Amino acid sequence: MKQTDFLSLLTTTAAGRPTQAVAIAGTLFFVFCWTCSVIVAHEVDASSSVDFERQIRPILAEKCLACHGVDEVTREAGLRLDSQEGAFRGGDSGLPAVIPGNPDTSLLLQRVLSDDDGEQMPPPHSNLDRLTKPEVELLRKWIDSGAQYTQHWAFIQPTKSLVGSTGQSESPVNAADAIDFFVAQKLASLGLVGSAKADIRQLCRRLYLDVIGLPPSLAELAEFEKEGYSQTVEKLLGSERFGEKWARPWLDAARYSDTNGYEKDLRRDQWIWRDWVIAAFNSDMPYDQFIIQQIAGDLLPNATQEQIIATGMLRNSMINEEGAIVPEEFRMVEMFDRMDCIGKAVLGITTQCAQCHTHKFDPLTQEEYYGMFAYLNNSYEAQSWVYSEDQLATINEIHHKRSEIEEQIQQSQPAWQTELESWINNLSESQPEWQPIRFDDLNSVSGLNHPVQQSDLAILMLGHRSDDVYFIGQPEIKAITGMRLEVLCHDDLPFSGPGRSDVGSWNIREVEVSIQAPESSQWQELTLCNPTADFSEAETSYEEGKKKKGPVEFLVDGKDDTAWQSDRGVGCRNSPSVAVFQFESPLQASSGTKLKVVMRMTDMVGCCRLSLTSSPDPRSPAISYAAQLASMVSAHDRTPEQRADLFAAWRKSIPELNQYNERIDQLYSRFPTARTSVLHLKERQPQSRRETHLLNRGEWSRPLHPIQVSVPAAWHPLPTNAGAGEEAPRLQFARWLVDRKSPLAARVAVNRVWQSIFGTGLVETSEDFGTRTAVPEYREILDWLAVDFMEHEWSTKHLIRQIVSSRTYQQSPAADAQMITIDPGNRLLQRGPRVRVDAEVMRDMVMSIAGVIHHELGGPSVIPPVPQNVLDYNYTYPSYWTPATGTQRYRRTIYGFRKRSMPDPAMSSFDAPNGDFACVRRIRSNTPLAALTGLNETVFVEAAQGLALRLLRECSNNDRQRIDLAFELCMARLPTDEERAVVLELLNSQRKRVADGWLNAREIATGLADKLPELPDGSTPQDAAVWTMLARVLLNLDETICKN
Amino acid sequence: MNIQKEIQQARAGYLKRRWFLRDCGVGLAGIAATSLLMSDKSLGWTTEPNGPTASNPLAPKLPHFQPKARRVIYMFQAGAPSQLELFDYKPELKSRDGQLPPASLLEGYRAAFIDPNSALLGGKFKFARHGECGMELSEVLPQTASIADQICLIKSLHTEAVNHAPAQIMMNTGSQQFGRPSFGAWTLYGLGSESSDLPGYVVLTSAKGTSGGASNYGAGFLPTTYSGVPFRSKGDPVLYLSNPAGIDQLAQRETLDTITRLNELSMQVIGDPQTAARIQSYEMAYRLQTSAPELMDLASEPASILELYGIKDPKEATYARNCLMARRLIERGVRFVQLFHEAWDQHSNLNAGVKQNAADTDRASAALVKDLSQRGLLEDTLVIWGGEFGRTPMVQGGNDGRDHHNRSYSVWLAGGGTKAGSVYGQTDELGFNVVDQPVHVHDLNATLLHLLGLNHLKLTYRFQGRDYRLTDIHGELVQGIM
Repeated sequence: MKQTDFLSLLTTTAAGRPTQAVAIAGTLFFVFCWTCSVIVAHEVDASSSVDFERQIRPILAEKCLACHGVDEVTREAGLRLDSQEGAFRGGDSGLPAVIPGNPDTSLLLQRVLSDDDGEQMPPPHSNLDRLTKPEVELLRKWIDSGAQYTQHWAFIQPTKSLVGSTGQSESPVNAADAIDFFVAQKLASLGLVGSAKADIRQLCRRLYLDVIGLPPSLAELAEFEKEGYSQTVEKLLGSERFGEKWARPWLDAARYSDTNGYEKDLRRDQWIWRDWVIAAFNSDMPYDQFIIQQIAGDLLPNATQEQIIATGMLRNSMINEEGAIVPEEFRMVEMFDRMDCIGKAVLGITTQCAQCHTHKFDPLTQEEYYGMFAYLNNSYEAQSWVYSEDQLATINEIHHKRSEIEEQIQQSQPAWQTELESWINNLSESQPEWQPIRFDDLNSVSGLNHPVQQSDLAILMLGHRSDDVYFIGQPEIKAITGMRLEVLCHDDLPFSGPGRSDVGSWNIREVEVSIQAPESSQWQELTLCNPTADFSEAETSYEEGKKKKGPVEFLVDGKDDTAWQSDRGVGCRNSPSVAVFQFESPLQASSGTKLKVVMRMTDMVGCCRLSLTSSPDPRSPAISYAAQLASMVSAHDRTPEQRADLFAAWRKSIPELNQYNERIDQLYSRFPTARTSVLHLKERQPQSRRETHLLNRGEWSRPLHPIQVSVPAAWHPLPTNAGAGEEAPRLQFARWLVDRKSPLAARVAVNRVWQSIFGTGLVETSEDFGTRTAVPEYREILDWLAVDFMEHEWSTKHLIRQIVSSRTYQQSPAADAQMITIDPGNRLLQRGPRVRVDAEVMRDMVMSIAGVIHHELGGPSVIPPVPQNVLDYNYTYPSYWTPATGTQRYRRTIYGFRKRSMPDPAMSSFDAPNGDFACVRRIRSNTPLAALTGLNETVFVEAAQGLALRLLRECSNNDRQRIDLAFELCMARLPTDEERAVVLELLNSQRKRVADGWLNAREIATGLADKLPELPDGSTPQDAAVWTMLARVLLNLDETICKN
Repeated sequence: MNIQKEIQQARAGYLKRRWFLRDCGVGLAGIAATSLLMSDKSLGWTTEPNGPTASNPLAPKLPHFQPKARRVIYMFQAGAPSQLELFDYKPELKSRDGQLPPASLLEGYRAAFIDPNSALLGGKFKFARHGECGMELSEVLPQTASIADQICLIKSLHTEAVNHAPAQIMMNTGSQQFGRPSFGAWTLYGLGSESSDLPGYVVLTSAKGTSGGASNYGAGFLPTTYSGVPFRSKGDPVLYLSNPAGIDQLAQRETLDTITRLNELSMQVIGDPQTAARIQSYEMAYRLQTSAPELMDLASEPASILELYGIKDPKEATYARNCLMARRLIERGVRFVQLFHEAWDQHSNLNAGVKQNAADTDRASAALVKDLSQRGLLEDTLVIWGGEFGRTPMVQGGNDGRDHHNRSYSVWLAGGGTKAGSVYGQTDELGFNVVDQPVHVHDLNATLLHLLGLNHLKLTYRFQGRDYRLTDIHGELVQGIM
């Protein structure tokens, strides 16, 4: 069917079956919209058959399945009603619940109809209402006609349905046609007609707002009329502004924020991930790739920095840094959050229920939930530097030149291999024998941090950044001469640590060791001496010379204002270090003696290990600890990095190679300081694989049996082409999520795009397509678009192009009284979409109309102005909150800094979520707080002042022309005479009040009583003031803030 | 020129132009009487069987059954006040001061900061019996003591959370996970609002910001219409309430009239009922602009009232001022007022800290109850005083601090059908575990809803295919406190 047939089809239908006459006076229509519920429903007359999917499953899901569904634990009487087999077999009573063809003998109906408290279903104590008469009748008919079950619509793969029902044999040629076809078909069946095409300029504005989130300029309006619709669509799809508009819904879904949330709510640098999303939309990255890279980009072969950044998506979870937390508890909360996010945003199914118990309504057992959870549970909470392209090139060059110089060294030392080997052997053999200490009590003096000892006896200190940890254990102590403190890297730390400062550095002010004899309560502090380290910085002083840091001597000098620090500088900072110190007199103690180590730090160490030795005079060689560690690995097990560390340490140990070493050091002095960083996923090494357990009632502290990775049985199987066995499980999971066979992946994505354009999704509950979600009114459109989306390389731009090219989209939004009555929410798509624009579009739009918006793609988040009395109520005051000035102040809102515990009040009043959890659907509200924001918020007021100056600048001194321009800028149309008159009335009355001195013109125009606006020639401050007042009116009009 | 007169004239002319709104019965007056906030959604299609199906999500709704309380004032004491210093007198703890707690108590126990095997710390404050009921209260609460016969003290509350932010969220939303609606939001969802000029749920803050932040009073997955609206003691009481610099009241009135006239014209063309709702929200905004400053101005309160609450400077942003403000708000029909006072986290400096906090809050909290009572408002106003968890019988630090304790803590209730002059629940002799009449957070919330005429099992909202409620899947009514 061709597009052109659409209207004729509508016309014929309308003529063939007159619409239901609803005689309501035009001006009264909205009385009804408040009183009438929606009429559109699937009325089934006595002769028609029952539709299980649309009519029976909702009843079962609503009234029965909580106790007779998937969950074995809560299943009553052994009866399942979610499957035909269960219903026919019946429960413990042995009697079938449903006897096909025999409603009256079917227990199901008997129980539903029973008035006996003990028999009646749903039981009185369930708090569920009894079935209504029509529901009972539907059940009766369904059983009578054989009680057929069908699979829930959303769990069946979508297909492009054959369009045969109207006798048309030809399929629509493209998705736009398909949309129109199905809409026409539906409207015709209801005796309705579609609306006329929207006014061309209205359409242009709609298109601009939908595709790039900005209103058209006057020139663009004119171009649109000249270039035509499809050319404009292409132009907008190709604009950089496209990604800035379309990233937003995904940022909501991925709960993007610039702070960590919870009490401390500290800043995080994650904007590079936001920019990745914008770039992905701009380059029209196929949606399946978009998802795969975000879930497992780090595991793709030769993963690029961009692909690693992509995995920041799951890391957008809140991070609790409150004092005294147990980090694992809140890591689990983050894991649940990630599952919830994937559930809402990708799977289209709610997973939260199955965290604690098998899902009541959907085919997702608790085992299966943790099966999916296991795919994600083997990652580090990593943070890495992000470099610009230039910086990456510099780093590559440094590595390359270093290799060159090292090759020169090898050429100059023909026997280097044997020399290196023997040097390594010497190094490892000269090490004393160290016995790592197992501690029974790990804590901090303040209690703010709770360290955890891992199986390799390294101590991990996540959670609150504290400065005073201690460890108590009972080592076998016999003639102990010294202690070794290893400061270790760990991928859960920023930049792999070892430190927890913002750059991963650390320092230790003091280590104290004391012992407690058995049956004594006294701790005896030991004197420590002869400290050595692999590396220490040169001594520097700070805080006006009061404090010093650097040499390892500071570690045991008994002073708290000196600290050992071994920062190797940018590019080399994040590597392990070691210090060894001796006991003044060797320790001799019986078993049962307790040993306590206290560490006081300024920049906290994130991971360390303590060991003891009996060897005489233990010391650390001044050889990088990375190389010392590598020397202890057998030669054939060494990684390339370990070999490089050893080679570097060896060459540094040879004085003749000094000139080469210096050249390499010089290279590293050029190592760039990264532009920013990103929180991302990094898979754990096989030796430290984390086992997943099913958690009893979802409580992190109550693990039950181990769980292996798996995908839920009711879904499609893992794709066989995922290189099973070779690819990392998380990557397989990512591919599974967006496999072509997935019944939901494409539908969920398509539905979200539809929702952005029409205000409501084809499935209204965008986050849930499960069994409680009824078949959507336009399932055929959803399915057609989903298949079409996949057939076109999951191209979001293709999808948007198809939707906006449909006639359905291009209809006028005007609604008559009848349609408002029967379909106030426009679920039938009988008219064009009309909704208030989203918060970000709203703010961008007013800045754009005022001509102050500043376009610049990407970059660090920009701090918006926020009232002081909002800033004051933070738990931790954000001292960094200095609102942007100049052009940066008017960047697009997507670049605005988002603080979770202090959601931007202007954006919140227009329903922007704060990023605490995944949000795939904003519920639009309309409140006085939003009205106050539009009238009085700083940026909105500045926009009104800006628009006034623009009107003065761009128009000659003529009220009519200026009013016309203002209307065109705001609403893409000229005012009617009546509107002009209304506006003029305000203009003149305020002019008089300004002239009479009742109002201060400068104050209105600039915000300051004595500041002159930047006036164009021939204008006065009085002009600026009255036009500011007029601009404020127009920027707040319903038509301005709505997409029409 | 008389500005007020001019405004009246402008209004009269304006109202004449509003014939069609008025004539069809949904004009300003019609809607204004029952609504403040209006959601676009409410005017559109709504599929949630439990969602607001009426046009106005905030229209007053009938409760499930005859309520005892019609409104709520919740004085949230954030940071966790020490029940052992204030409400739960433990002489045995005093006599065992410095000893370790019995090992049996510590099995499976988790404090936040300390090694649970820390010495017990006896309380330093004196307790005495007060009122006819003989309620034992600490010497630092002399004013609370004076209302002993009007309050219901629960000594047996317990929760799961041990860290502030999750525990505050738990107390206020019934879940440690962020994203659930707050008690206030649920109340508004269940009962609607009775104020035509003010939001139905108002939040007042003293001391510092809370650990739980805005989520403590958020709407979660409910429409934002149900969210608590912070009224601020500094700057604009409601955000963006002040007109831009230079715009006076008359200019604002004429601006709004022009907006309304233009909106009405476009409504005639497009016919979108949401435009009517928009007109409404701008009118409400104007009313808020005029009513909020009057509300926040305590000049009309007599000196005796300021004295009662202990307000020295009516302009100073104090807890006491917020207590008086709470009364003024409910007098104006606000359904739910919540005070947050984040100050009670005495890990150290326990005695002086608790004393100071008591000095800041005791008088005003009691004054509010007395004031409500003398105005006949206490009967159907539910007053709640309490924090997110309790504090350990064991010491933290040297000898003057207590850690977080989730096994037992105390809150008090007054008015709204609660059992005046009664004590409910009991802890063991060390104040560690509840030994009699335990009350979980969910039980408390179920009971509070019950007092409001709402069945906590039936007050549900469909989200993600599930019917959520404030009490999750738990909650037993506590008959003994009603």
